[in-house]
Amino acid sequence: MTERITPRDVAHVAELARLSLTDDELEAFTVQLADILDHAADLDALDLADVAPTAHPLSLVNVFRADVIGPTSDRDEVLAAAPEVEDAQFKVPPVLGESR
Amino acid sequence: MAEAVRSGARSARSVVDEHLDVIAAREPEIHAFNVVLADEARFAADEIDRRVAAGEDPGPLAGVPVALKDNMCTRGIPTTCSSRILEGWIPPYDATVVERLAAAGAVLVGKTNLDEFAMGSSTENSAFGVTRNPLDTTKVPGGSSGGSAAAVAAGFVPLSLGSDTGGSIRQPAALCGVVGVKPTYGAVSRYGLVAFASSLDQIGPFARTVSDAALLLEVISGHDPLDSTSIPAAPADLTSVLDRGVEGMRIGIIEELSGDGLEGIAGDVQARLGEAAAALEAAGATVETTSVPSTVYGLSAYYVLAPAEASSNLARYDGVRFGLRVDAPTSGDMHTATRTAGFGDEVKRRIMLGTYALSAGYYDAYYGKSQKVRTLIVEDFARAYGRYDLLLSPTSPTTAFSIGEKTADPMTMYLTDVCTIPSNLAGHPSMSVPFGVGDDSMPVGVQVLAPAMGEPAMFRAAAVLEAAAPPGAAS
Repeated sequence: MTERITPRDVAHVAELARLSLTDDELEAFTVQLADILDHAADLDALDLADVAPTAHPLSLVNVFRADVIGPTSDRDEVLAAAPEVEDAQFKVPPVLGESR
Repeated sequence: MAEAVRSGARSARSVVDEHLDVIAAREPEIHAFNVVLADEARFAADEIDRRVAAGEDPGPLAGVPVALKDNMCTRGIPTTCSSRILEGWIPPYDATVVERLAAAGAVLVGKTNLDEFAMGSSTENSAFGVTRNPLDTTKVPGGSSGGSAAAVAAGFVPLSLGSDTGGSIRQPAALCGVVGVKPTYGAVSRYGLVAFASSLDQIGPFARTVSDAALLLEVISGHDPLDSTSIPAAPADLTSVLDRGVEGMRIGIIEELSGDGLEGIAGDVQARLGEAAAALEAAGATVETTSVPSTVYGLSAYYVLAPAEASSNLARYDGVRFGLRVDAPTSGDMHTATRTAGFGDEVKRRIMLGTYALSAGYYDAYYGKSQKVRTLIVEDFARAYGRYDLLLSPTSPTTAFSIGEKTADPMTMYLTDVCTIPSNLAGHPSMSVPFGVGDDSMPVGVQVLAPAMGEPAMFRAAAVLEAAAPPGAAS
C-alpha cells in the first residue's frame, strides 16, 4: 500500500480541516491514524481492478419538486442563531489580510 | 398504553407523570438524557387528554412517552449532538420524524446523550459525560445512540429513536437488552437529522418489544419530499404480519461474522446465536451456515468511507451561521479556533482521517478502494439473498464492556462494529433482538439481516426469536 502516515501528513490534514493541534496531540493522532490505516491494509488482499465503485446504496436520480412556493424559515429566526449579525447578514472577522 | 389512552381508560398525563417519576429516581445515576422536557411533556399530555375528552383520536402512539437522540432537530429546543460546537443552537425547524411522532400523539419527554456527532460505540465521546448501562452502571450502554438505548432499558420511556451509521442503534440495543432497528436506507426521512455520513445514516426505533418497535417504525416511515434520498413508497405494514412465523423461510448464518470465521466473537455470544438458530429451526425455518465473504472487509471500508463523508459534512461548523464561535482577528483564524475548541478528539480524529483519505495522492488507495469494496459487499449480499430470505449474526462480538476499557485505543473500539457495518454499506435493514445473557449476566443481542425493503420478514423472524428467547438480564 502506501507509506505510513507521518506527523507532517497529520499536520497538513489538520490545517486543511481547520484544526490546530498541540505537539502532544500531533504525536498521539499520528499513531492512532496509522493504526486505523494499517487495518485498512487488509483491503490490499482483494483484486479490485474490475470492480466499479459504489458511492451510495440507492441508485440515485435527481429529484425535482413542483415549482410551488411553500413555507420557508423565518429570516430573523435563522439569523438569531448566528454568533454575530449586522443588517440581516452574517458578520465575520476580516477575511483578507489573513495571518497565514 | 396508547390503546388505554385513546379509549380514555388512562390519562396521558398519568402515563407521562409515571415515567417522569422513574426518570427523577434513576437519571442522576444513568445520565441517559441531555435534557428532560418535563413541563413540555406534561403540557403535551394534557393536550392529548383534552382531545380524547373531545372525542378526537390523537393517533396510534397517543400519550406514549418517547425520547429522541439529540442529533435530531427540535424547533425551539436545543439540539447539541453532544458537542460543544453546537452550544446554544436552537433549531428553527423540526425533523420530519419529530413531526410524525407528534402527529401520532407521542409525547416527547427528552433528548438523549450520544457519542459526539454519533461517532463512537460507547457514548463515552459525549461532551456532556458518559451514559451508564442501566443493567450494570460500571458498563457502557454501547453507542452511539447509548442514551436512547439506556432510556428504554431503564424504563424511562417505552420508545425512543436513534440513528445508525455503522451500528449505532443495533449495538447499544444489544448491550442494553432492548430491541433496536436500522431500517432500509431511505425508508425513514433523514430531514432534520444532523448529518454524519449521509450515504450510511438512517433513523430507527428502540423498544422493549418487537411489536412496539414495529409500531414506531410504521409511524416514522414513508416518503418525505424534504429528503431527496427518501424512498417514494408507502411504509411497510409490519404490525399485522408479526404473528406469521418463519415456517418455510430460508435463513443463513453469516459464517464470517459468527465466530468460527471471525476472531473476537465471544463464546457466550456464539452460544446464544446457536440457540437462536435452533429456535428459528424449531419454528419451521431452514437454517444453515453460509459464506458472505466480503463482509469481513466491511470494517476497513467503513472506517475510510464514513470519516470521508464526515469530513465534508462537518465542514459546515465554521462559527459563522450557528453554534459556537471563538473570536480571532481574521476569519481563517476564527474558523480554526472555533473548530479546535468545539470538537472532541474522536470527531477530530475522523475529520482528519477522512480528509487524508480524500486528499490528493491517497484518494485511490483509500477512498476509491473502499468504494469498490462496498460494491463487493452489495454483490455478496445479493448472492446470499438469492438463496436465503434472511441472514443471521451476532449484533456485537461481546456483551457490554466496562467504562474506560476501550477509550485509549480507537481501533479496539471500532472493532465492536464489525457485525453491524455491512448492512449500512449495503443500505439494507437489520435489527437486534435480545436473546438471553452472557457469562456476565449481561444481555446478548442476535442480529437479523434482510435485503432492502425486507422489514416484514425481518420482523417476523424477530418475533419468533423474542418468543423463544431465554430470560433476559435483570435490572
